Amino acid sequence: MNSQPRLVAAGYAGVFGLLVLLLLSSSLWLGDSPLHMQFEARLMPPSAEHWLGTDALGRELWARTLAGLALSFGVGLSAALLGTLIALSLASLAMLSPILDALVSLLIDTLLSVPHLILLLLIAFALGGGTQAVIIAVALTHWPSLARLLRAELLSLRNSPYVAISKGFGKRQGFIVWYHLLPHVLPHCLVGALLLFPHAILHEAALTFLGVGLDPTQPAIGVLLADAMRYLTGGYWWLGVFPGLGLLLMVLAIERFASMLRKAL
Amino acid sequence: MLETHQLSFHFAAGTPLLADISLRLAPGEWLGISGDSGSGKSTLGKLLSGQLTPSQGSVQVDGSPLPTRGRRPVQWLPQSPELAVNPRWRVGKILREAWTPPDTLMAAFGIENEWLKRFPSALSGGELQRVCVLRALAPGVRYVVADEISTMLDPITQLSLWQALKAHAEHHQLGVIVISHDTALLNRLCHQQWHLAGGSLRISSTALKAP
Repeated sequence: MNSQPRLVAAGYAGVFGLLVLLLLSSSLWLGDSPLHMQFEARLMPPSAEHWLGTDALGRELWARTLAGLALSFGVGLSAALLGTLIALSLASLAMLSPILDALVSLLIDTLLSVPHLILLLLIAFALGGGTQAVIIAVALTHWPSLARLLRAELLSLRNSPYVAISKGFGKRQGFIVWYHLLPHVLPHCLVGALLLFPHAILHEAALTFLGVGLDPTQPAIGVLLADAMRYLTGGYWWLGVFPGLGLLLMVLAIERFASMLRKAL
Repeated sequence: MLETHQLSFHFAAGTPLLADISLRLAPGEWLGISGDSGSGKSTLGKLLSGQLTPSQGSVQVDGSPLPTRGRRPVQWLPQSPELAVNPRWRVGKILREAWTPPDTLMAAFGIENEWLKRFPSALSGGELQRVCVLRALAPGVRYVVADEISTMLDPITQLSLWQALKAHAEHHQLGVIVISHDTALLNRLCHQQWHLAGGSLRISSTALKAP
């Protein structure tokens, strides 16, 4: 790697780190400002006083957008981690016996053949909405493609001579999976989780927008966008543009960071 | 006694690669197998060490088939030592996966204590091959299949590797199957020699020549 890509990579890593720090700490310094209503300042356009404008209840949009991004970040992170955990567990399980492998493959193929947005809606709806339902629904619908990748990787490793030799020394299948196979796919898992992350955020926003996601009282990006829909025709453009732009930038930053990491690993 | 009785092997729905292989190897004896590329030498080595399951016939040690669990009495040494070790493990851990060899044996194979802390990528092919051979000599191992293990080594390293293995094999009555293209090497090392051709064993011109 010469110095220019290294600089770009460091830049992405820096932006990503800053973003994480900003979002994780936002609840500390935002306080209750995302929920604070000012009836004398309803639907104000962006100005020096109200940086990104205010909504129909006079709440500051910059505070609500930041809080929404933080919430989405948390939900996306949890869903991505849970999805990766499911993928890794099932891919490892598939290594233990041919029957388990066939079952896991069948499950992967079945889930991949169903449009995942429909499945996502059904699961979130069945679980009654809310943060947990969104996390579970996104995780349950997004593990198969990663699991398929991990399974293929584990399969090729399992056929390598050192695994055959380990078996010859009398090592059990569980030992081989845990000590010989899993450590090799951990980088894949990390990148997989990071690539799943922006997906999870977008789906969280979509579910919330459609009304089966987070609670409407929470300042989630999906809630902000759904609210903005009602005022868009009135010319209150800032209600939709800033939360949407924030979401786009966050997803883009994570995406770029993940692809950079994938190339590096 | 390592024995095979009418051993056959074919890959899925193919013509047999090996047919009716019957051989016997006493403890402490050396058996050489030569043959052209693609004649099935390595496949025979994998069958003898239990890495592959024969399509017909069986491999037996002292009258019982190779165990499916636990340490196999026949160990396999592949040609490339780099593929035979977990690249994320240090050499010490790689050895300990099978056993902890005594210092005298480590010295006999020219393995330095300092190597144990290194990763495999920090050893040369010859050094790593010696580690792999030593690893395979764990207690309970009665036979080893050495599949072209010295092909990529320089003559001096080859000599020291074979000398160390020979000394150990004599002392512990270890049977060794040497798979190689190098008939001069086989002539020097082996009690019996076979040539693989057309899927079966042919007695070689220099067979049964005592070393």
